Amino acid sequence: MKKPKVGIFDFACCEGCQLQIANIGEDVLDVLGSIDVVEWREVMSEKWGKNLDIAIVEGSITNPHAVKRIQRIRKKAKILIAYGSCATIGGVNGMKNNFNLDDIRKYVYGDSYRFFPTEMTKAVHQTVKVDYFVNGCPVYIPEFVAVLKAVLQGVPYYVPDYPVCVECKLNENVCMYDRKVTCLGPVTRAGCNAWCINNGNICYGCRGMVSNPNEKGAQDVLAKYKIPMDLILNKMNMYNKCRELG
Amino acid sequence: MDKRNININVEYLTRVEGHGNIVINVKEGRLDTCRLDIVEAPRFFEGMLRGRSIFEAQHITSRICGICACGHTLASIQAAEDALGITPTEQTIKLRKLLLHLEMLDSHILHIYLLVAPDLLGVKSFVPLINSHNEVVRRALRMKKTCNDMCDILVGRHVHPISAIVGGFTKLPRQSDLDAMLDMLKKMRTDMDATVELAASLKFPIFERDTEYVALISDDGEYPLLMGDIGSTDGVRMNKKDYKKITNEFVVPHSSAKHAKLSRESYAVGALARFNLNSEKLHPKAKEVATAVGLKPKCINPYLNTVAQLVESFHCLEDAISIVEDLKNTSLHYDEEIVVGLNEQHKIPVRADNGVGAVEVPRGILFHNYQTDKNGIITNANCIIPTNQNTGNIEYDMMELVPEILDKSDEEITLAIEMLVRSYDPCISCSTHLLNIKFVNK
Ligand code: SF4
Ligand code: SF4
Ligand code: SF4
Repeated sequence: MKKPKVGIFDFACCEGCQLQIANIGEDVLDVLGSIDVVEWREVMSEKWGKNLDIAIVEGSITNPHAVKRIQRIRKKAKILIAYGSCATIGGVNGMKNNFNLDDIRKYVYGDSYRFFPTEMTKAVHQTVKVDYFVNGCPVYIPEFVAVLKAVLQGVPYYVPDYPVCVECKLNENVCMYDRKVTCLGPVTRAGCNAWCINNGNICYGCRGMVSNPNEKGAQDVLAKYKIPMDLILNKMNMYNKCRELG
Repeated sequence: MDKRNININVEYLTRVEGHGNIVINVKEGRLDTCRLDIVEAPRFFEGMLRGRSIFEAQHITSRICGICACGHTLASIQAAEDALGITPTEQTIKLRKLLLHLEMLDSHILHIYLLVAPDLLGVKSFVPLINSHNEVVRRALRMKKTCNDMCDILVGRHVHPISAIVGGFTKLPRQSDLDAMLDMLKKMRTDMDATVELAASLKFPIFERDTEYVALISDDGEYPLLMGDIGSTDGVRMNKKDYKKITNEFVVPHSSAKHAKLSRESYAVGALARFNLNSEKLHPKAKEVATAVGLKPKCINPYLNTVAQLVESFHCLEDAISIVEDLKNTSLHYDEEIVVGLNEQHKIPVRADNGVGAVEVPRGILFHNYQTDKNGIITNANCIIPTNQNTGNIEYDMMELVPEILDKSDEEITLAIEMLVRSYDPCISCSTHLLNIKFVNK
C-alpha cells in the first residue's frame, strides 16, 4: 500500500500541538513510518506544494492572507484535520473578538498599528470544510493517534459528546464545586481524561462545548453553589468565544 | 564577482518556531538591504489580557509559545505575585527552578538535534537522518521524551503546565515521583555524554562580531535563571522593574515583532549571553564540557550559541539532580499544596499594583509586566520575548557577515544566513515564519 502524503501546516497558534508530536518520543518513528510527511515547516526545509492525501492544520484563521492560504490547502488536500483548539474552536485567539479590532491593534502596536491587519478570529471549519477534529490545548496524544488510525482506515472519528465530568468522576477526583471552585467540566467535551482536574486544576473548556450543554443542569449547579452567570460566561470566553460566529 | 547583484528572499524560514522572512539585497557588490522580517499573524496577547483576572494570566500567557510554555508560566507567575505582594515559599522556589531546568534541557535538546544538526550534517531536515543517523535521531527523541515525562510528573504536562500557578503548585510530587524523576535524570547522563561527542564532530562556521550581551546577574554563587537583576557585558546593571529602560522596544514596520536596544545599536540574549556573563557560576561538569569544546567567555561568534546551549544543558541536568536529591532528603511539605480559584472566594487579597517578572528562558531573558486594578483585573500587560530583543542584533550580524562571504555561491550565502538566524534559536511564534528561497541575480 502506498503511504499517504501528509502536510502539517500552522496558522496563528503557539505550535504546542505540533510539539506534542515530538513529545511522543521514539515511538513517533512508528507513526512517521506509516505516513509520508512531505511538508512540515517547523522541522523540514523541504517544500512540497503538490496534492496531499492528508493536511493537518494547526492554528486559527486571523487575517486575509490566512484565509487564502487555508483555501489553497483545502483544494490540495483530500482530507483535512483541524488539529488543536486554535484550529477546532478558535481557542485562546478568540479572546481578541472581545475587543474592537482597531483598538486592540493600537494597544499592541501603537501608531504603527496599520501595518498589522487582523480579522475576527475564526476556527478552521468557519472558513473551509473540516473532515476530522482533534480538540485540546494542547491535543491529547492518545486521541490524536486514534484519529490518525480512523483517517488511515477511512472511517469517521466521533469526538465524545459527553462532559469532562464523566471522565473526572471515573478518576475519583474530588469535584471542584465541592471545594467551592467553578469548573467548566460540566459543559466541556470529554476526551482528555480530565487532564487538568487530575492535576489539581479546573477545566477551562479547552476542548470546546458539548453540543447540548445541559443548560438547566448547569444553571442548577450555579444556583446551588451561588455562582454568578457572568463569571461562568467570562470563563467560557477564554476558549469558546468564536462559537458566537456560528 | 565584485560587482555582484544578489537578491535573497527567504520566505518562511523553515526549522524555526515561528514565521520569518530574510531579505538581502546586494547591488553592484554593495549591501543595500538586509532584513529579518517577522510576518506571522500577530495574536495580540497583551491586548487580550486586559479585563482578565491576574489569576488567569499564567494560563493564557503560557499559550504564547508551546516550546517555552513553562518559561512563560514562570515569568507570568513572578509578575503576578509581584503585583499581588505574594512571596513564594522556599519549596515552591526549588520546584520552580527544577521546572525551569527541565524546560531549558528540553528546548536546548530540540534545538541542537532537530533544528541545527541537519545544517551541520548537510541535510535539509532531521527526516533523512532517520536513515543515515538513526541512533542520533533515536537519542534525541528519547531525551526529548524524558524531559516531557518529567514535566508530566511535575506539572501535569510540558506543553501548557497545569499545576504551576500563582501561589505555588496545585499538586506536589510524591516520594515515588521524585524517585522516578531522579532515575530518569541520571539515565540522561549517558545520552548527554554522547551529545558532546556529536557536538565535537560538528563544524560551526567561523564568524565574529562584538556586541552587548544581556542576561540576569546576581551576587550569590548560583547561575541565575529564575531570579536576578538585569546585567550586560557593557557593565549595565538594573533592577528588573526598570526593564523598559533596557529593552527600549520600538516597532519597525517590516516586522510584527518589536525590536530592542540598550547601550549600543543592538544587544543579544540567550544561552551565549548567559554564558558570557555567568560562566564561572556553572556546575563543574558544565565547565568541564565548556573547556572540552573550547568555549570561553567572552565568545562573540553567534553560531556558537548552540554550543553554549549544550554547556547549559549539562548545568541544568546536574543542578536538577541536586534539587531532586535535596527534595528527597528534606521531604516535601504537602500542606503547601494550593487550591486553585481561592481568589473567586476572595481568600487572596488583591490590590491595584504593577508587577514585573524577569526569567531566563531557553532563548534569553523574558519579561512579563502586568498592571492590575483594585479588583485584581489586568488593565495593562506587556510581554517582551527574547526573540524580539535579538532581531536587531541578528540584522547587524547579517550586515557584517554578508560582505565577508560575497565570493560564495548564492546557495552557500543563503545557507550561512539561515544558519545564523537559526543559531539564535528564534521562537517567532510568540509574536508572530521563513519558505521559498528566491534568488534574483540581475
Ligand atoms: S491549541 Fe493550544 S497548544 Fe495547540 S497550538 Fe493552539 S494555543 Fe498552542
Ligand atoms: S471537578 Fe469539574 S470536571 Fe470534575 S466532576 Fe467536578 S465539575 Fe466535573
Ligand atoms: S480538563 Fe478541560 S481544560 Fe483541561 S485539557 Fe481537559 S477539556 Fe481542556
